Amino acid sequence: MNPCPYFFLLGKGHGGSFRLLSPSVFWSSDLQLRKRGPGGGPHLLCRYSVPGLRLPPSSGLSPAYQGAGRGQGAGRGQGAQRAAVTRRRRKNMAGAAGPATGSGAAGGDGDDSLYPIAVLIDELRNEDVQLRLNSIKKLSTIALALGVERTRTELLPFLTDTIYDEDEVLLALAEQLGNFTGLVGGPDFAHCLLPPLESLATVEETVVRDKAVESLRQISQEHTPVALEAHFVPLVKRLASGDWFTSRTSACGLFSVCYPRASIAVKGEIRQYFRSLCSDDTPMVRRAAASKLGEFAKVLELDSVKSEIVPLFTNLASDEQDSVRLLAVEACVSIAQLLSQDDIEALVMPTLRQAAEDKSWRVRYMVADKFSELQKAVGPKITLNDLIPAFQNLLKDCEAEVRAAAAHKVKELCENLPMEGRETMIMNQILPYIKCPEVRLNIISNLDCVNEVIGIRQLSQSLLPAIVELAEDAKWRVRLAIIEYMPLLAGQLGVEFFDEKLNSLCMAWLVDHVYAIREAATNNLMKLVQKFGTEWAQNTIVPKVLVMANDPNYLHRMTTLFCINALSEACGQEITTKQMLPIVLKMAGDQVANVRFNVAKSLQKIGPILDTNALQEEVKPVLQKLGQDEDMDVKYFAQEAISAVAQRLRKLDFPVKDSEEPSAPGADKNHFLRPRGPGEDTGKAQRDRVARVASKEAAETAQFRGPGTAKGPAYQLHVNTRDTLPQLDTAEIVLFLPKHRLISRI
Amino acid sequence: GSRPPVLGTRESTTSSHTTPPPPPPKVDGFTRKSVRKAQRQKRSQGSSQFRSQCSQPELHPLPQLKDATSNEQQELFCQKLQQCCILFDFMDSVSDLKSKEIKRATLNELVEYVSTNRGVIVESAYSDIVKMISANIFRTLPPSDNPDFDPEEDEPTLEASWPHIQLVYEFFLRFLESPDFQPSIAKRYIDQKFVQQLLELFDSEDPRERDFLKTVLHRIYGKFLGLRAFIRKQINNIFLRFIYETEHFNGVAELLEILGSIINGFALPLKAEHKQFLMKVLIPMHTAKGLALFHAQLAYCVVQFLEKDTTLTEPVIRGLLKFWPKTCSQKEVMFLGEIEEILDVIEPTQFKKIEEPLFKQISKCVSSSHFQVAERALYFWNNEYILSLIEENIDKILPIMFGSLYKISKEHWNPTIVALVYNVLKTLMEMNGKLFDDLTSSYKAERQREKKKELEREELWKKLEELKLKKALEKQNSAYNMHSILSNTNDG
Repeated sequence: MNPCPYFFLLGKGHGGSFRLLSPSVFWSSDLQLRKRGPGGGPHLLCRYSVPGLRLPPSSGLSPAYQGAGRGQGAGRGQGAQRAAVTRRRRKNMAGAAGPATGSGAAGGDGDDSLYPIAVLIDELRNEDVQLRLNSIKKLSTIALALGVERTRTELLPFLTDTIYDEDEVLLALAEQLGNFTGLVGGPDFAHCLLPPLESLATVEETVVRDKAVESLRQISQEHTPVALEAHFVPLVKRLASGDWFTSRTSACGLFSVCYPRASIAVKGEIRQYFRSLCSDDTPMVRRAAASKLGEFAKVLELDSVKSEIVPLFTNLASDEQDSVRLLAVEACVSIAQLLSQDDIEALVMPTLRQAAEDKSWRVRYMVADKFSELQKAVGPKITLNDLIPAFQNLLKDCEAEVRAAAAHKVKELCENLPMEGRETMIMNQILPYIKCPEVRLNIISNLDCVNEVIGIRQLSQSLLPAIVELAEDAKWRVRLAIIEYMPLLAGQLGVEFFDEKLNSLCMAWLVDHVYAIREAATNNLMKLVQKFGTEWAQNTIVPKVLVMANDPNYLHRMTTLFCINALSEACGQEITTKQMLPIVLKMAGDQVANVRFNVAKSLQKIGPILDTNALQEEVKPVLQKLGQDEDMDVKYFAQEAISAVAQRLRKLDFPVKDSEEPSAPGADKNHFLRPRGPGEDTGKAQRDRVARVASKEAAETAQFRGPGTAKGPAYQLHVNTRDTLPQLDTAEIVLFLPKHRLISRI
Repeated sequence: GSRPPVLGTRESTTSSHTTPPPPPPKVDGFTRKSVRKAQRQKRSQGSSQFRSQCSQPELHPLPQLKDATSNEQQELFCQKLQQCCILFDFMDSVSDLKSKEIKRATLNELVEYVSTNRGVIVESAYSDIVKMISANIFRTLPPSDNPDFDPEEDEPTLEASWPHIQLVYEFFLRFLESPDFQPSIAKRYIDQKFVQQLLELFDSEDPRERDFLKTVLHRIYGKFLGLRAFIRKQINNIFLRFIYETEHFNGVAELLEILGSIINGFALPLKAEHKQFLMKVLIPMHTAKGLALFHAQLAYCVVQFLEKDTTLTEPVIRGLLKFWPKTCSQKEVMFLGEIEEILDVIEPTQFKKIEEPLFKQISKCVSSSHFQVAERALYFWNNEYILSLIEENIDKILPIMFGSLYKISKEHWNPTIVALVYNVLKTLMEMNGKLFDDLTSSYKAERQREKKKELEREELWKKLEELKLKKALEKQNSAYNMHSILSNTNDG
């Protein structure tokens, strides 16, 4: 084994004939050439050194290099023709001053057009990865320009020889070669692509190797049966007996594509190779084999499946490494699909039962994750006898991961049960096992489907504790998830049950300490009102929301405003005018500026729902007062609202056609109707953030100073940051200044 | 196997056992982050082995070993070992309290017994001892509490049954280190399968456990000659899986630490197996995402290899250059640190072989806009030995370095870097003033030539596009011609 990795990629002696250079020669010649001189010099010389392409005169090369390089090519029978081509080229180039200026040097016979190709190939060896990558990505262009024959005889050997590069480049190469069949002259020549792909399939980096295997699989389909046995199968065998694990791993993915079209004798050999990889002593190879076991089983004759695949499956399923065992579970699905009921019972089930009780949770997780597939593959009878009890165990597994995976399958499992006796089975054998919150959250998310199968009442009794628990979970994302199911639950459970059990939760979220939860809770209320109607809103939601307007915490007071924004439309004019509007107007006198400018925003928002009277008599005076506010943000939003309200009043008095609408900015009628997206009002996000920072600091300073001063310092710290950059900077500074300096500064 | 998604939280299940007192009410009604964080319990996890909650048999205390007569002692010792094979669920902190205490006391007594008495580890006891150890420590590690566990940021989840497991490890170590311990007998029990399971435990998230495992494995490697090759091969496999498949294994640093001392003891000339390990496992390991966690140990191993066999320097440095980080500055700084460690022990003949590619990379680092990278690279010039190497090869190195040094001396944003670069330039100038002057005067021409080359390249790409178009057009034409010929013949 050669210790050096650079040589490793090159050094695998496959076929032998195209391995022209020993790697050390390759490297040293490369370096020598680069050393020749500064500037354009080394690159030109490098280009000459491209062994496959002798475009310009071969002056800069050692004779050994040249001789070794092309002597072989001649031996392959295309020598004469290629020699002629080369002679012609040399003649042409001799007239030109050299390639550096040669691009302009005439030609007319088309050879000149190949000059960029030469440089492209030169770039394949550029020091800059990006340039190499660009060039590799244009490989099909290069091939197209060279024509099929020169691609076969020159470009591909060159690529095969120089495969040592960054994985990024190799990945691109592996991908390109998968679509190269047309460029080398069609299916008859597809085998020319095998040598470079074979080298790529032995590379260490998994991504490259996988891509090479993918391309090989693609190309295998284009081989004729004869070519397949002559070229492809030997390649698979070489890879399968490679001495480093990477080539054996790659081989695993190639068996199933060449097996169906091979002759009987070769089929036997292929099976033999696969068997030995299944018991390879490197776990990486066993994993690869196990993951391809199902795929391979599908292309085998039934007898061979029973006599060969099943024992392999049994062995892999009891491998010492759990990472191998869990892959066998996957294969189980494919194998069971191929066998009769009796055979499944005798050959597969013992192993599957064992897997469902494996000591490693990863294997059990896999069983849970593949449960529906397994259920379909083994059929209803075995499902009843074996899988349902196994599923019960998975639902009460000691690891949450396994339970959650099983819970995901409850729906499909129930759907796939035979109609006859489905309900009793679900009630007696599945539901009682659903206990933990993780499982329940998953069930709740599938509630509508479960509801189709069994009644909601029974389910809700067992779900309620879970919902309450999740609603108070320490992680806000979990709370958010459950909020999102609320409208669904409300729809399924009905208004009575909802009022009784869930309403208080929905209200509690309005005062959550995470803004995202408060926001989601607000939206949730709107959806509930849409579901249960305005009367329900008036009786249950609105009073509770309005009470919060008197909360000592300004964030709660703002939540009231946000709720009103969301609910006004769903509740309609009457409730909005009679119940909500007075509260909003009252809050215009709030001591915290953030609340006041949100009042202005709310008034603008609910404006379209109110009638002219209310707008004229009540809203306008308040907005005008806010327009005189000492705080510039409040003033700004009040002005905005005033112009919007004024616009609406005008419109109500003198209805005008759309086309005659004045298009002055700020007086846009859409201002009212169109809800603003988060990106539209860029000032808002900043303001909100600053306000939050400021209030947090305020709360902390309040504690710091003692309870006496706790009330209302928030507005002292309120920072104006509208539009002006210097002020924004102040806001940024707020984050970093120590507390006492912050207070003195603002 | 991909990581299973975790929707629910484990805390939610555990917190139901003990409800923390509610935090005092505050003015704004919001709990503060610090308070919420404190509410979260110290996380710990069980061993994923209590599948069914079958009730444990209650333990009854056995008489003390020191009170038994020497005839009975052996019998009692084995009884106690067997008693300690019974496992308890530590996730349930209130169950079996009495039995847990008895087992703890017994384990303590066993530790004491094997470390203070001579002649107590007799042949017949080995089987029971290894059985007790296996029963306690070998277990499937539970899924990680936090699927995106970041060992640098997050607190590790601690093993719940540590009160017992710690004593078992303690006992295991005393057993291995006892003067009475005979590997020739123990090898019947401490075999490949045993070692395999031991190695899997290195993935434990609990650093205390990994620390014990490290010492244990080291002792086993030292005492069981027959297992050495196997252990190396399995570590190999773990590392390869870590690099190419999972990118996750908690015990990499510990395993590397053991390897560091193993490499130290390799006989010369190095076997092909060891060289292969260096080139195909240790070097690719530099690509791992969490390199920071084990880089010190990894670099130590690499340098150990180079001290053993200097001819490995070239492939190692080329390997590092191949995997040089492209976007992660933090890793780049680590690579530079490792390169300096290697240069500290490099032989001048080896240095000559790699100076060109290496200094091309250093030249790139020096002009990095990340000042820590640039700074780390420039610190090479503070190293006396490296300076002497540079001086010997100044004709090669100066042309490589000059361009970027000259450029950043003019335009780097960080004044510290600019100051450092001036010093470096001064040092280089003193080494070969003539060459320095030549380079300075040709600098502009050089830049222009580069720009021209850039333009030419763009031109070529353009031409290529045209070529492609032309080809496509030709193809179309020929197809058209064919078509018209065909239609003509048909007409005729």
